[in-house]
Amino acid sequence: MESIIEVKNLTKNYGKLTAVDNISFSINSGEIFGFLGPNAAGKTTTINMLTGMAKITGGKIFYKGNDITNKIKKFQPYIGVVPDDSNLYEELTGFENLCFCASLYGILRSKREVKARQLLEIFQLSEAANRRFKTYSKGMKRKLTIAASLVHEPKILFLDEPTTGIDVVSSRQIRNLIKKLNSDGTTIFLTTHYIEEAERLCSRIAFIKSGKIIKIDTVNRFIEDIKESNVVEVLFEPTHIDITLLEKLNSIFPDLECSFKNENTIKVISKGRIDISPIVSFLSANNIYILEAKLIRPTLEDAFVKLTGIEMDIMKKEKEKK
Amino acid sequence: MKSLIAFWNILLKDMKNYYLKPPNISWGIIFPFAWMLMFFFKSGTAFKIEEIFAGIVAMSILFGTTSMLAVTITFERRARSFERLLLAPISTELLVFSKISGAVLFGIINSFIPVLISVLYFKSAVLNWYLLFTGIVLLSIVSTLLGLSIAVSAKEVFEAQTFSNFFRFPMIFLCGLFIPIASLPIYIRPVSYILPITYGVDVLKYSISNSNSIPVLIDIILLIIFCVGLFYFSIFNIHKKWIV
Repeated sequence: MESIIEVKNLTKNYGKLTAVDNISFSINSGEIFGFLGPNAAGKTTTINMLTGMAKITGGKIFYKGNDITNKIKKFQPYIGVVPDDSNLYEELTGFENLCFCASLYGILRSKREVKARQLLEIFQLSEAANRRFKTYSKGMKRKLTIAASLVHEPKILFLDEPTTGIDVVSSRQIRNLIKKLNSDGTTIFLTTHYIEEAERLCSRIAFIKSGKIIKIDTVNRFIEDIKESNVVEVLFEPTHIDITLLEKLNSIFPDLECSFKNENTIKVISKGRIDISPIVSFLSANNIYILEAKLIRPTLEDAFVKLTGIEMDIMKKEKEKK
Repeated sequence: MKSLIAFWNILLKDMKNYYLKPPNISWGIIFPFAWMLMFFFKSGTAFKIEEIFAGIVAMSILFGTTSMLAVTITFERRARSFERLLLAPISTELLVFSKISGAVLFGIINSFIPVLISVLYFKSAVLNWYLLFTGIVLLSIVSTLLGLSIAVSAKEVFEAQTFSNFFRFPMIFLCGLFIPIASLPIYIRPVSYILPITYGVDVLKYSISNSNSIPVLIDIILLIIFCVGLFYFSIFNIHKKWIV
């Protein structure tokens, strides 16, 4: 796939503090590329450097192969930016905000009004079009901010924590809109601290911590790489099970490691493939009624925790504090 | 064409959002009246309008433009809506130009209230209308740019207000409005000559009553130099402080 943005050895220092430390990555045309990391990992600083809102200490940025490091202004017509805070004009209505943002890109009045109405329709904000931005809910504000970044039909959309601090319904709508935008051809660069969001939306993800990229890969590869053994969980109807049954199970199937996960679940671990039918037959023969047997796969969260050493709960709490 | 559309819409938005709000319009009308009343009470019964005409026009412009721009820009910075403008594909020069245009127009319109009162009610003579208008325009631009310089340095609205007063009040007393520069202590005079307002007031005085102290051409040239200097100083500061 063709790379639309390529970043080489990008660095940002604030005095003695290194916010972004020599990172390199590329964003392919048409993909959703995610930056996943905790607070102060360098996610927003990276976006700011890519969009011209922060000076670059070191490194290079290429757009379609052209070096734009020192001429980000020329690149701005092709990008849309949604910051982590909704930053439209409180006194203007939703419609006026969209028209104003379009005018900044030199779009003529007749065209910008049509575009504004289209976007209000897409983002389900038509009914609130003539209400002032300050009267919008957080979710509505975020949706209008995303709409405002699309008025000039950018090639790349930068989304900084798009669903942070908004309700579940709005978050879901926004995620669907992001998917729709991407399927319509917009390349998306997304930062998030929500692992589920990254997992659901992103084609590729970069784990970032303390200004450094730990690893970049697809969700599937991240999971495959940390998978050391196969795990099957066998759920049965609650009943009294003799502990010797587990010992028998382990002696009959020496390649497997069987243990109780809880009172009605047996966890089976193996380095190789697990053939479930003999285990089910054995348990059935011992009057145990099987409800479900499922293969447990490691999650992206497991991969993140393993690679970065950061617990996801800590990330969420940090963000909530913010 | 694209830049022109952006410029015009930033100006329109600022006029609608800030300058044409009822409190600002009423402030623009009340303020010159208040100054005139102050002079009226100070002089007892009557005062010579030509003596205070230039002063009231200058103060209306200075207070109107610096207050508005310092506050509106700081407010937009605080609400982060200013980022929208920085992210737009327009040069910083055009952005600054469009942001100051609203305040300059506000200053010009503000100044015409005391001009109209002085001319129509007090029957004051104006010796040179062209120079009066030139002086008002240059003074509005230079005051607006002073306001912008303050706005770039302030992070909060209250800071902008405090910084503005820190500059404005000494300026009023040092620019020759109330006390002729020649009457000031010799060690203070150099300060008067580095204030752009001094030259703006001098142009106004010349256009109204020929009571200027510096050749008017020099006043105008120096005001233009101050405008250009403050414009690029503000752009330099925006790049230095806002795009870090």
